[in-house]
Amino acid sequence: MSDNTNSIRELTVQGLWRNNPGLVQLLGLCPLLAVTGTVTNALGLGFATLLVLLGSNIVVSLVRNVVPSEIRIPVFVLIIASFVTVIQLLMNAYTFGLYQSLGIFIPLIVTNCAIIGRAEAFASKNAVLPAAIDALMMGLGFMLVLVVLGAMREILGQGTLFDGADLLLGDWAASLRIELFALDTQFLLALLPPGAFIGMGLLIALKNLIDARLQQRQSQAAAITRARVTGAAQ
Amino acid sequence: MSFKITSSPHNRISRSTSEIMLLVVVACIPGIVVQAMLFGYGVLVQLLLAIATAWLAEAMVMRLRNKAALIRLKDNSALLTAVLLAIAIPPYAPWWLIVIGTLFAIVIVKQLYGGLGNNLFNPAMAAYVMLLIAYPLQMTQWLPSVSLQPESLNLFDAVCAVFTQYSCSGFSISQLQTGIDGVSMATPLDTIRTDLAAGKTLTESLQQPIFYGIAGAGWLWVNLAYLAGGLALIKLRVIGWRIPVAVLGSLFAISLLSWLAAADTNPSPLLQLFSGATMLAAFFIATDPVSASTTNKGRIVYGVFIGLMIFIIRKYGGYPDGVAFAVLLANMAVPLIDYYTRPRTYGHKAKGAGK
Repeated sequence: MSDNTNSIRELTVQGLWRNNPGLVQLLGLCPLLAVTGTVTNALGLGFATLLVLLGSNIVVSLVRNVVPSEIRIPVFVLIIASFVTVIQLLMNAYTFGLYQSLGIFIPLIVTNCAIIGRAEAFASKNAVLPAAIDALMMGLGFMLVLVVLGAMREILGQGTLFDGADLLLGDWAASLRIELFALDTQFLLALLPPGAFIGMGLLIALKNLIDARLQQRQSQAAAITRARVTGAAQ
Repeated sequence: MSFKITSSPHNRISRSTSEIMLLVVVACIPGIVVQAMLFGYGVLVQLLLAIATAWLAEAMVMRLRNKAALIRLKDNSALLTAVLLAIAIPPYAPWWLIVIGTLFAIVIVKQLYGGLGNNLFNPAMAAYVMLLIAYPLQMTQWLPSVSLQPESLNLFDAVCAVFTQYSCSGFSISQLQTGIDGVSMATPLDTIRTDLAAGKTLTESLQQPIFYGIAGAGWLWVNLAYLAGGLALIKLRVIGWRIPVAVLGSLFAISLLSWLAAADTNPSPLLQLFSGATMLAAFFIATDPVSASTTNKGRIVYGVFIGLMIFIIRKYGGYPDGVAFAVLLANMAVPLIDYYTRPRTYGHKAKGAGK
């Protein structure tokens, strides 16, 4: 049992931080950079990707002993494509505005390397429960990066947060829109793809900085124990 | 008595980075003065803003990087970047434009790549392109030369205009941009491109008042002043002759060819050379020692590339001038150019030169 919780914690840390699909594996950059103009778009695409990842990982894990390894990639792609179609039709039905603003990037979830990467690297080798948890954490990690990048770009670009949230969450959410400051002119760079690249670079730099600080702290702690050892040898 | 034996060169001028940068800034001064006289005092306000921002930003980043800020500031490279950017943007652009641009140039283009000597791109031009993409409207609001402005602006008006976008007597920038006859006036290069796209011939386009003189009112003198400053830099051996000659030569050659082939749709070589930022680019921007090619042959290739790109972007592009994009594209090509133009090492035979 304790082994099980350990592996859940490990999967969580891997998905959200240490092996984050957006910041570390740098997979799925195309939607990451293209749709993160606003938090709403980022949240919508992140959630769709999360659902596809969850579905495909569970199904791939279920059929992992049946599928011959020679044709596993086409099978994985078919599974992922079916889930994407489902999500696309659902979004078309229930969040039409968002469906239109995300456009081609919903069907393009099929080509998101983060998803096929998890199917190949994890789900095809593990039981259903770990595969599902892995998918959940990787999906959340990806969504988190999308939302942070979306927030950065939306604040810098048009000075708002949750603009157009009603497209995703229904009419009540229109009141979620926060205007942080009024801009006479939009900072177009933040809204255009180059701004996404620069923002992404800064996010990765921030993550590396935090990691370096953590490591420094750990090695300092280690240094103290070593000092005690030399003290004992006196 | 002992003789000190050293190898050649025996007589050399060794200038520090700081002196070189300062000389380039000084060589800009004639151009800046002419620009201030002919296009209004806005450029001086922009210069002050840019220099202050650049020094603050440089000092801040040096603090963050745990390096002595004062020593780095003394190398004057931030000063030069600020000056070049302030010259390049429209003189009455809002104050936050130059502040954002300078911050971007110093912090992102220069320091994030490792500081002076490590930046891939010319900081001033990268910032210019960033501003052009992010704020296309503000970056194309050039006022016509002073002689064509309906209201003459004094220094106070310039400060008011940069900070509030209205002159002290209450004229907005777009009102000031409109000439006496009520027609809004862009830069000569911009006007030519718009008119040609609208189906007019060049001769028709050149009838407008901003084309008083060879290269558009005022622009000839600004370019001549930068040419003078640039020649002085070559004379002092601060910059080499290869890049400017290659830029100007190739731009002249291709615009002469196109002009001879179709004089109705291509501006004359003289207009190309003495309008827009041509001279500034050839002598002050393309010659940046960090982001330019480092071999002699490479410098010629690099300059020719810039000259051709300026022509192509001016003719087919959608922006007021092609200089900034041309320089950035050439910066990207520099590693490749340097790789293929490495000089022969002393004692080795050139490739393919016999056994």
